[in-house]
Amino acid sequence: MSDIEERVKKIVVEHLGVEEAKIQSDSKFIDDLGADSLDTVELVMAFEEEFGCEIPDDAAEKIVTLKDAVTYLSANSN
Amino acid sequence: MRRVVVTGLGTINPLGKNVSTSWNSLINSKSGISKITKFEVDNFPCKIAGLINDSEINSEIVSNRDQRKIDRFITLGLIAAAEAIKDSGFSSTDESSIRSGVMVGSGIGGLDTIYKNSSILDNQGIRKISPFFIPSSLINLLSGHISILYNLKGPNCSPVTACATGTHAIGDSFTIIKNNKADLMVCGGAEAAICPLGISGFSAARALCDTFNDQPEKGSRPWDKDRSGFVMGEGAGVLVLEELSHAQKRNAKIYGEVKGYGMSGDAFHITKPSEDGNGGYRAMKMALEESQLNPDQIEYVNAHGTSTQVGDMIELSAVERLFGNNKNLFMSSNKSAIGHLLGAAGAVEAVFSLMSMQKKILPPTLNLENPDTKSNINLIPHMSITKPVKNIISNSFGFGGTNASLIFGL
Repeated sequence: MSDIEERVKKIVVEHLGVEEAKIQSDSKFIDDLGADSLDTVELVMAFEEEFGCEIPDDAAEKIVTLKDAVTYLSANSN
Repeated sequence: MRRVVVTGLGTINPLGKNVSTSWNSLINSKSGISKITKFEVDNFPCKIAGLINDSEINSEIVSNRDQRKIDRFITLGLIAAAEAIKDSGFSSTDESSIRSGVMVGSGIGGLDTIYKNSSILDNQGIRKISPFFIPSSLINLLSGHISILYNLKGPNCSPVTACATGTHAIGDSFTIIKNNKADLMVCGGAEAAICPLGISGFSAARALCDTFNDQPEKGSRPWDKDRSGFVMGEGAGVLVLEELSHAQKRNAKIYGEVKGYGMSGDAFHITKPSEDGNGGYRAMKMALEESQLNPDQIEYVNAHGTSTQVGDMIELSAVERLFGNNKNLFMSSNKSAIGHLLGAAGAVEAVFSLMSMQKKILPPTLNLENPDTKSNINLIPHMSITKPVKNIISNSFGFGGTNASLIFGL
């Protein structure tokens, strides 16, 4: 597991209160991990905080799975 | 006529995390007032409050993760609601849910959350504002959360009448059931305004006790000569009210009946009660008329009794005017032990009023060492009194000149 994936997973565990073992790379935050739309906004804020970047709204809307987050942050984080 | 009874009680307050613990502390003359340690109070004139230790908050009812998304007043309200609903034995079905509502209010709501987000906006900018900021602070979100958790689809709202909120919530719920708009209401109040901004604001209004910082448990002393203002408390009280036959059909335990509800406005001043006590008098009289009881049938007054210079005497004179300067009348202030829970006060005090009737024990007024009155009314100093009572009136008065009174009977 990449460093980025590990950090993203940790944030997801903390914010959504799900067990780490249940999070797959293609798990959808809303459909599979019990998040609601407000949770996903907060998740994106936490990613921004952790990775020191700003995720624009149109990019944030496309981050629906763990993999999406890791892919975006690998390309855009500082 | 539809009659309304109480079938569930719940509270978390500075004396304990549930009804039985806090009741036992109350009748054993324990004080829930202590020094504020969770934030810096060196420059504050008032350094004491009725606090709930975080360890008293059951994270099995509201998880730590959920607590981060709601202001503390909602957490406390959910804990009291969980106890009251469990106590009532009611669980909603598809059919009963639309006739079951929620009305739990708060005086101030998410003050600390608003303060913190305001600082974040100033210092870090808009992108750092949480999407949960607004729903965690709004007062009616407590009623909203309760309705979602327990599938209650009837009337849903939250009164906001400062320190009379809890009493209005119960009274308005009583009226809703009486008028056949619901069969069951989960009602009460919650407050968690012990934060730097809350203490500052009430201190600036010269409302808080500032003379007993070294002896916190002595700070709240209604009707005593040395009283110097109220001591703020935090917590929640929730009642389940139910139409009598609805309760009987499911063999619910009945704590007592709501017999009357009165409310009035002072039309006088934003923070001071009207000097002639006419507002409180009219609220009590309206409740008495609805109950169809005679004044001498009211045996105990659960007073608003906040420990302020002006308010205590005005309430006492209004009680004397309506019920007589009568040595057979008992009156005490729960706030002497728990402080003033603002929007939760009336609800927690309603819980204690019903316990007083059930247990035949009248709780004391702590710290009433030198009464500032020659009233014949028994103000129950220091120690509780064992006495069966059939009818009780409970008062709450709030900033803005809002008054509410409830009569409970066995």
